[in-house]
Amino acid sequence: MKATHNTWPWKLLLAVILIGGAAGTWGAVAKIDYQWRWNRVPQYFVYVAEEAQKTPFNGKVSSIVKKNGDAVVTVASGSQRVELTVTADSLKVTENEDIFSGDTVGFAKGWHLGPLMYGLWTTLWISAVSSVFGLIFGLVAGLARVSKNYTIRGLAITYVEFIRGTPLLVQIFIAYFLLGTVFNLSRNVCGVGALSLFVGAYVAEIVRAGIQSISKGQTEAARSLGMTKFQTMWDVILPQAFKRILPPLAGTFISLIKDSSLVSVIAITDLTKSGREIITSTFATFEVWILVAVMYLLVTSLLSQLVFYMERRLAVSD
Amino acid sequence: MIKAQNVVKIFPVKSGVVRAVDGVSVDVARGEVVVIIGPSGSGKSTFLRCINGLEDFSEGHIIIDGVDLADRKTNINKVRAEVGMVFQQFNLFPHKTVLENLTLAQCRVRRRGKKEAEERAHMLLRKVGIQEKAHEYPSRLSGGQQQRVAIARALAMDPKIMLFDEPTSALDPEMVGEVLDVMKQLAREGMTMMVVTHEMGFAREVADRVIFMDEGKVVEVGTPEHFFTNPQEERAKLFLKQVL
Ligand SMILES: Nc1ncnc2c1ncn2[C@@H]1O[C@H](COP(=O)(O)OP(=O)(O)OP(=O)(O)O)[C@@H](O)[C@H]1O
Ligand SMILES: [Mg+2]
Repeated sequence: MKATHNTWPWKLLLAVILIGGAAGTWGAVAKIDYQWRWNRVPQYFVYVAEEAQKTPFNGKVSSIVKKNGDAVVTVASGSQRVELTVTADSLKVTENEDIFSGDTVGFAKGWHLGPLMYGLWTTLWISAVSSVFGLIFGLVAGLARVSKNYTIRGLAITYVEFIRGTPLLVQIFIAYFLLGTVFNLSRNVCGVGALSLFVGAYVAEIVRAGIQSISKGQTEAARSLGMTKFQTMWDVILPQAFKRILPPLAGTFISLIKDSSLVSVIAITDLTKSGREIITSTFATFEVWILVAVMYLLVTSLLSQLVFYMERRLAVSD
Repeated sequence: MIKAQNVVKIFPVKSGVVRAVDGVSVDVARGEVVVIIGPSGSGKSTFLRCINGLEDFSEGHIIIDGVDLADRKTNINKVRAEVGMVFQQFNLFPHKTVLENLTLAQCRVRRRGKKEAEERAHMLLRKVGIQEKAHEYPSRLSGGQQQRVAIARALAMDPKIMLFDEPTSALDPEMVGEVLDVMKQLAREGMTMMVVTHEMGFAREVADRVIFMDEGKVVEVGTPEHFFTNPQEERAKLFLKQVL
C-alpha cells in the first residue's frame, strides 16, 4: 500500500459524472420544443426606469447646471428652494421659466430592484426573524424539556410532538386561516409565527440533547462552588452545549430558509412566489426556476460557510 | 465545624432501595483532617456529597458551621460556597481558561470584581504551582495539573471546609504526588478537610482521624496510628489486609 492515496482519478471521475449529468439534461431539454429566453431574466433582478421629477411647489427655475449628461435644476420661490437632478436630454424646462406645483421638470434614470430581489429579501427577513424567535422558543422549550417539573416538561413535550407530528404546510394554514382569522393577524405575522414555532420545536430537541450531552460533573462542579441553577445553566452548561449543537442547529436554520418557501401559499411574496409570478408573465419557466434554485443555494451555502468559520473559532478550547 | 447526626441516604433502585448511607454520625472540628476509607460502594462518596448538598439526605441532620442543611429555610447555595469540593474527575470547565475557571464563581457568587478575582486566582495558582498555565485551556494540562487547578478553583471561594472525593484515583501514578503535596500543605495551614481516598500513606501522614465505612455505616473510627496498627473490627482488618 502506498502511504498517500492518489485522489485525482476520483476527482476526475466526479467531474465527468457531473458534467455528463449536466450535458445529459441539456441534451434532453434540447430535444423538446423549449425556447430559452435568458435575456428576459436580468430585468427581474435590477432594471433601469425613468422617473418623472416634479416640482413640489409653484416657482421659478432659478438655475440649470449641466454636467456629465445630467442637469441639476434649481426651483425657487421666495425662501423655498429645491434641487432636482434629471438627465440632460429629458430636460423640459428652461432657465427663468415659471412652473407650477406638479409640473414635470424632466426624467431621472434610476436603478430599481426587480421582483426576484424583493422576493429574496422577503425570504431572508422572514427566515432571519423566524430563526431568532425559533431560537428563543427552542431554548425555552429545550430547557423546559429537561426541567424536573412534570407540568413544564409535559407542556414542552406536547409542543414538540404537535409540531413535529404535523406537516408545516398544515401548520401555516392553521396559523393563517384559523388563528389569523380569530386574532386578526396579518399574513406576515402568521407566516413568521408558524415558521418560528416550527423551527422552535426542532431547536428544542437539539438543545435538550445538547444539554444532556454535558456530563453531570459540570453541573456538580458549578453547584458545589455555590452557583445557582440559572448561573450554572448560563455560564457552564449552555456555552458547552452550544458548541456541540452548532452543526445540527445550523442544519435546522438552513432547512428553515428552504422551508420558508411554503409561506408563499398564504400569498407572501417570497423568492418562490416571485418566481411563480414572473413565470406567469414571461413563460421563462426553466430559466426562472433554475435561477431561484441557485439563489437559495447561494444563501444556504453562505450560511454553511459562516457556521464552519464559527466552529473553527469555538474549537480553540479543545 | 461539621456535625453529622444519623445521616441516612436512600436511593430507590429497581429491586427496592439502597441505603447508601445508613445512619452516619461524625463530628469534624475546625482544622481537623478526616480521612474516610472503605470498600467500593460503601457510601463514602454519597456521604461526602450530602455534606455539600449535592445529594439530599433522607433522614438525620448535617450542621455546617451552625447551619442545618435539613432545615428547609437554609440557602443551600450559601452553604456550598463555604464548602469546597474536589472531584475524582476534576470537572474543570473545558470552555474556560484556567484563570476563568478560578474567577467565574468568585465573580458570580462572591460578587468580586474582575481584578480582585484575578489577583486571588493568580495567588492560588502560584500556591498550587501552575501560575504559568493561567491562560491555557484545561485540555492542554496534564491530569495532575488539572486536579491542582480544581483545588485552586475551590479555594478561590475561601471555603471553610474542603471535601475531596478520591482526588488522585483518576491520575497516572507519577502525578499522584504533586496533588497530595498540595493537599498536605493545605492541611498544614489548618484547613478543615474531609478526604475520601485510597492513599493509605496520605491517611497515615496527614489524617487526624480515620473513618472506616462499610455498607453505609461507620464501622471504625480512630487515629491513623491506632487504625492502621491495631484495628478492632473484623471488616476493617480484612480491608486493610487487601489494600496494604
Ligand atoms: N444515583 C444513585 N442511584 C442509585 N444508587 C446509587 C446512586 N449513587 C450511589 N448509589 C449506590 O449507593 C451505594 C454507595 O455508593 P457510593 O458511590 O457512595 O460508594 P463509594 O463508597 O463512594 O464507592 P467507590 O469507592 O466505588 O467510589 C452504592 O451501592 C451505589 O450503587
Ligand atoms: Mg466514590
